[in-house]
Amino acid sequence: MSTVNQVAIPKVEVMPEKHYLNDNYGIRSWLLTKDHKRIAVLYLFTITFFFFLGGLFAALIRLELLTPQGDLFQSDTYNKLFTMHGVNMIFFFLIPSVPAVLGNFLVPLMVGAKDLAFPKINLLSWYIFIAGAAFALAALVSGGVDTGWTFYTPLSSGFLKTPVVVLGVGILIAGFASIFTGLNFIVTVHRMRAPGLTWGRLPLFVWANYAASLIMVLGTPVLAITLILLVLERGFHIGIFDPKLGGDPVLFQHMFWFYSHPAVYIMILPGMGVISEIITCFSRKRVFGYTFIAFSSIAIAVFGFVVWAHHMFVAGISTYSALVFSLLSFAVAIPSAVKVFNWTATMYKGSVTLSTPMLYALGFIGLFTIGGLTGLFLAALGLDIHVHDTYFVVAHFHYVMVGGMVMAYLGGLHFWWPKMTGRLYPEAWAKMAALITFIGFNLTFFPQFILGYLGMPRRYHAYPEEFQVLNVLSSAGASVLAVGFILPLIYFLYSLRYGQVAGNNPWKATGLEWETTSPPPTHNFEETPIVTCDPYNYGDDEEVHVVK
Amino acid sequence: MSEHAHPSRALYLVIFAALIVGTCLTWGIAFKDLGIWNPVVALTIAVIKATLVILYFMHVRYSNKLTIVTVCAGFFWLLILISLSLSDYLSRSWSLQ
Repeated sequence: MSTVNQVAIPKVEVMPEKHYLNDNYGIRSWLLTKDHKRIAVLYLFTITFFFFLGGLFAALIRLELLTPQGDLFQSDTYNKLFTMHGVNMIFFFLIPSVPAVLGNFLVPLMVGAKDLAFPKINLLSWYIFIAGAAFALAALVSGGVDTGWTFYTPLSSGFLKTPVVVLGVGILIAGFASIFTGLNFIVTVHRMRAPGLTWGRLPLFVWANYAASLIMVLGTPVLAITLILLVLERGFHIGIFDPKLGGDPVLFQHMFWFYSHPAVYIMILPGMGVISEIITCFSRKRVFGYTFIAFSSIAIAVFGFVVWAHHMFVAGISTYSALVFSLLSFAVAIPSAVKVFNWTATMYKGSVTLSTPMLYALGFIGLFTIGGLTGLFLAALGLDIHVHDTYFVVAHFHYVMVGGMVMAYLGGLHFWWPKMTGRLYPEAWAKMAALITFIGFNLTFFPQFILGYLGMPRRYHAYPEEFQVLNVLSSAGASVLAVGFILPLIYFLYSLRYGQVAGNNPWKATGLEWETTSPPPTHNFEETPIVTCDPYNYGDDEEVHVVK
Repeated sequence: MSEHAHPSRALYLVIFAALIVGTCLTWGIAFKDLGIWNPVVALTIAVIKATLVILYFMHVRYSNKLTIVTVCAGFFWLLILISLSLSDYLSRSWSLQ
């Protein structure tokens, strides 16, 4: 008897003939598009610009902090640098990053819809975002604002002569872009799910974006109102926040943080959704505790609204109130921990592949956990007084926002890049970038925990000499981190022309978005998909998620 | 968009008239010194006006239950903002002893 050796011939993937990128050509077809995928791409270009602009400010800050003397910038200029860094990164990169780019692209695909519920409002949200960004840039070129991204009164409402109103109006306008995106997601998830796609079968990425959308719709108007009151006080001297006019500065903090603390969850929740998708795909295992992960997103969205005053423990709020807020802040750690434990359990006995998205996801879990646990230090009434307004807070926030959110965003971008563009990025370069980012990030921000604990305050351009070594380490780390961020920009652009054709499902992932072509056609699916089984059907037979 | 009942033109005019009356009332009362009751009266009129706008001009009275729940959620969140902020203001003078 003879045996025949069968050699597997690798399948050569080809790009689909017609897809959303080549359906129409010309600037007009992009600027007037109602296709959620093209709008996602418009957002991608816009927020990438703001990410690198914010990064430039960060680079200048770290350059100044190389030496203890404030020898590169005046203190006023330094104040403007950290304000513009914070405003750029938070309002024009972090908040729109996952929802407006990945969410816009993927939510309709994941629910089996042809588009979002309100395509015109979706396009309008991008234009509104651009208008808000134009105001922010106008404030920047007309001298910059030096209040810090928190705009605390009466500093912002009375004392400073910088263009606070212009920047405030910019953020107010951009806030409506966020509201429109959230509204679109909520209605789409409620009304446009494919047949068979019950709430219990929704991908966790959709659950996370849905939870973030609730915060966008319910919280952002409060920021808008607060900024309008600030403008009214500044312009017409109506006493609201300024004690000299009969106002209360702590009221501003209450209103500001009522939005801005949940805004942290607008930023991190969609990132958590990305991580859920990546972990389960690259562990080749059904996600552990689907229901708990789904409902922990909703729990974070709700709990996130009742913890805001932990930012104000030293602002003169009542001790009893501080006790309540401290307790509630500890409570919000529970649903976050539920997610981390479930992701870890998903990997347990899974067939883990360390592809680039997975490297970012693993980085996320570690860094977010450190960021989250150090958040508990800040929620503890006594300890917060010691580390308040020090570099400890800066480090904590960046561990959550950069170590968590930016890692998730980059992981998601790598995971769905083949779907968005139809091409694969160079894997070896991408793995190296993920590793450089992880190392650079820790080198930048871990020394800041120590600096803060030793008592170095944030927002000063000069510091005692004993802090220099740690500051030099941090600045060195920032330059490594910059390499980690610039590399993906280069190889993503490279892959658009020279990348290997990806095929419909290069990761062998489940989910409706992988059932269509890469890149998808303008209307997403040739026929409406019908969902017949639970999500994340990885395992023995890896049966197809959907029957058409 | 789902079809639902709309208020009649006559009802719109009645609501509009009620809003104008409310505005005039607020303006008139602002000139009377009622002490602590000035803001209370002004806010009461404002709440009644807002309720009329939401129920009739925004058609919530004629909407499905999901829309009503959504509107209620908005007010619930406003309640969180007010009550937890007040938890600070009202307890500032309390002694720790």
